[in-house]
Amino acid sequence: MSPHPRRVALFVTCLVDMFRPSVGFAALKLLEDAGCVVEAPAAQTCCGQPAWNSGDRETSRRIARQVIESFEGYAHVVAPSGSCAATIVKDYPAMFADEPLWRARAEALAGRTHEIVSFLTDVLGVSRVDASCAATATYHDSCSGLRALGVKAQPRALLATVAGLTLSEMKDSEVCCGFGGTFCVKYPDISNKMVEDKAAHIEGAGADLVLAGDLGCLMNMAGKLSRTGKPVKARHVVEVLAGMTDTPAIGEGKP
Amino acid sequence: MTAHEPKSRFFKANVKAALADANIQHAMRSTGPNFVGKRAKARDAMPEFDALRDRARDVKNHVLANLPLYLERYEAKVRDAGGHVHWCETPDQANRKVLEICRRVNAKKVNKGKTMVSEETGLNDFLSENGITPVETDLGEYIIQLRGETPSHIIAPAVHVTVPEIDKLFRDTHTHLPRDRDLTELSSMLAEARTILRQKYFEAEVGVTGANMLIAETGQSVIVTNEGNGDLSQSLPRVHIVLATLEKIVPTLDDAATVLRVLARSATGQEMSVYTTFSSGPRRAEDPDGPEEYHVILLDNGRSNMVGSEFEEMLRCIRCGACMNHCPVYQAVGGHAYGWVYPGPMGAVLTPSLIGVEEGGQLPNASTFCGRCEEVCPMRIPLPRMMRSWRAKEFEKRLTPTAARYGLGVWAFFAARPGLYRAATRAAMAVLGRLGRAKGGFAALPLAGGWTAHRDFPAPEGGTFMAQWAAKRGGR
Repeated sequence: MSPHPRRVALFVTCLVDMFRPSVGFAALKLLEDAGCVVEAPAAQTCCGQPAWNSGDRETSRRIARQVIESFEGYAHVVAPSGSCAATIVKDYPAMFADEPLWRARAEALAGRTHEIVSFLTDVLGVSRVDASCAATATYHDSCSGLRALGVKAQPRALLATVAGLTLSEMKDSEVCCGFGGTFCVKYPDISNKMVEDKAAHIEGAGADLVLAGDLGCLMNMAGKLSRTGKPVKARHVVEVLAGMTDTPAIGEGKP
Repeated sequence: MTAHEPKSRFFKANVKAALADANIQHAMRSTGPNFVGKRAKARDAMPEFDALRDRARDVKNHVLANLPLYLERYEAKVRDAGGHVHWCETPDQANRKVLEICRRVNAKKVNKGKTMVSEETGLNDFLSENGITPVETDLGEYIIQLRGETPSHIIAPAVHVTVPEIDKLFRDTHTHLPRDRDLTELSSMLAEARTILRQKYFEAEVGVTGANMLIAETGQSVIVTNEGNGDLSQSLPRVHIVLATLEKIVPTLDDAATVLRVLARSATGQEMSVYTTFSSGPRRAEDPDGPEEYHVILLDNGRSNMVGSEFEEMLRCIRCGACMNHCPVYQAVGGHAYGWVYPGPMGAVLTPSLIGVEEGGQLPNASTFCGRCEEVCPMRIPLPRMMRSWRAKEFEKRLTPTAARYGLGVWAFFAARPGLYRAATRAAMAVLGRLGRAKGGFAALPLAGGWTAHRDFPAPEGGTFMAQWAAKRGGR
């Protein structure tokens, strides 16, 4: 029996799970508002990208097999991250180049896996959201979502329907913020230079809110903005799209 | 330590120095963005650009699958035209061959067009040690030769140098000119360098150039320049030596045209470079000018080992520099930090391939995998994929730093055990969330010094998503 056409598994991602569950609940709301039946398979931990990008191919495959097994049987797998979705979509099939059976399963999963905002617009045909947010926002194009999955116009299209929100483009929105997973701790000096430039461009856009589709980049940018005393808040794009901006922003204290 | 000795293993120290160097930072900031805008403009003006990239890629893939065939065909054509082909396996053999030719014609001076392969072999130092004076005739190369440096960019060798530095360099070097002359305009510096180099063109007995391509169909070598210096370097002296590596071969003139159409657009945003020169061998009886002797030194230096390996696609590289122009890491630190001949993403793949992963292993690690290099590469080389392959080779050879390896091991242990992972992340985030709640983040955190040295670490909200989800949905 084929699965419910809108039975969606949420791939929460390790960063959202640990650092910002509200992003997961915002994703959940957007998916349910669009008529999806959402589940969050209990066996999920991480997509394995840290191991894959560190050259540990065996560990990557072990974790990928676990993800593939846990997420089979859903019509779609959706992640609030272009980076993690790209790992499943692009890297999993490459990991199993020499194992035909697993490769077939990896490809099948890859074909059903999506980054959330592009899933809403491109697969479900969502063209507007019911949300408001009084802010001047700028949107950072996270690298994997942009280059591996073609996420560029979709978030901007939906943000344009958020009441009260003005979108002001920053210079070099497509240039990496310097996070890069383990890169930011392996090469902190270069990473710092990159996020310094990014923070300057965010400020230059006259924005009081920076949005992106990946929590890693957001934590990096938010951490730099807060360290340098810039009054710019950072949020995941789905928080704004879901109208769930009553929580403190990323890295923002609460009394 | 000479300028040509590899310093890639000191990458982290090189990076610190480059970030602290106000001149490098100023120079990178003022030139870097120009290349990006110009390439984008050239691409946008040509609807078939991406289709041409596919064709260029296919040309080189075909060559690499049939390399011996085309090399032999090329050699035969050069011989037919009266030229000589010298096969060299190592940089040392190539240098000795150049010296042998210079000695035979009793050369004291060698003029050089821009050649990155001569940087691989350390030709300038070698010739100097043997009493022969090499003169770089490309303006950027001339500047860095005067500074005793190596190129920091494969097509813009002096991109790391500021205008005031060049001003001072010229006044200190060209001491026969009036000290108070006006050098405020770039064009006045260019005119001065041109006047000095013009004289040198007539003094050299041998001219050495690189080759952007070698054409099997015709036996021609092709160079692409904007200053015309390459043409004068190769046509005025008695002897022209082409120093090139094996993978420069293309089958036909048509194929060369395909590559040319993507090369300058990707490099500088020009439709064509100002000069594109085809050399067909020594001067024939009916030719008004040209060299008496024509030699091609075909250097391997590790290329044949890359054929058939997971790094073979790197041999498609046409040295346009687009990857480094678009690389945020290269733009932050400049080319010298990479510590050897080739910087940026292409250097991060080539350096470990050519001089070993022990020396060059840092370079493929110093990437966020942002993918911009692959996005702009005219030959569609999967640079991030190959950098990752180097990381995998390091991991297999146990060259990955112990702390990183250990951290990865601990993380993998939990990631592979969802139940344990749930409990551990839940406990850790509860503690971190409580500690960081008031301020929203941490200015310092154990084991995260690399992060908190430069930015705050945002505090987690508290409970994990999965725990909250289980509470709300009853673990559905």
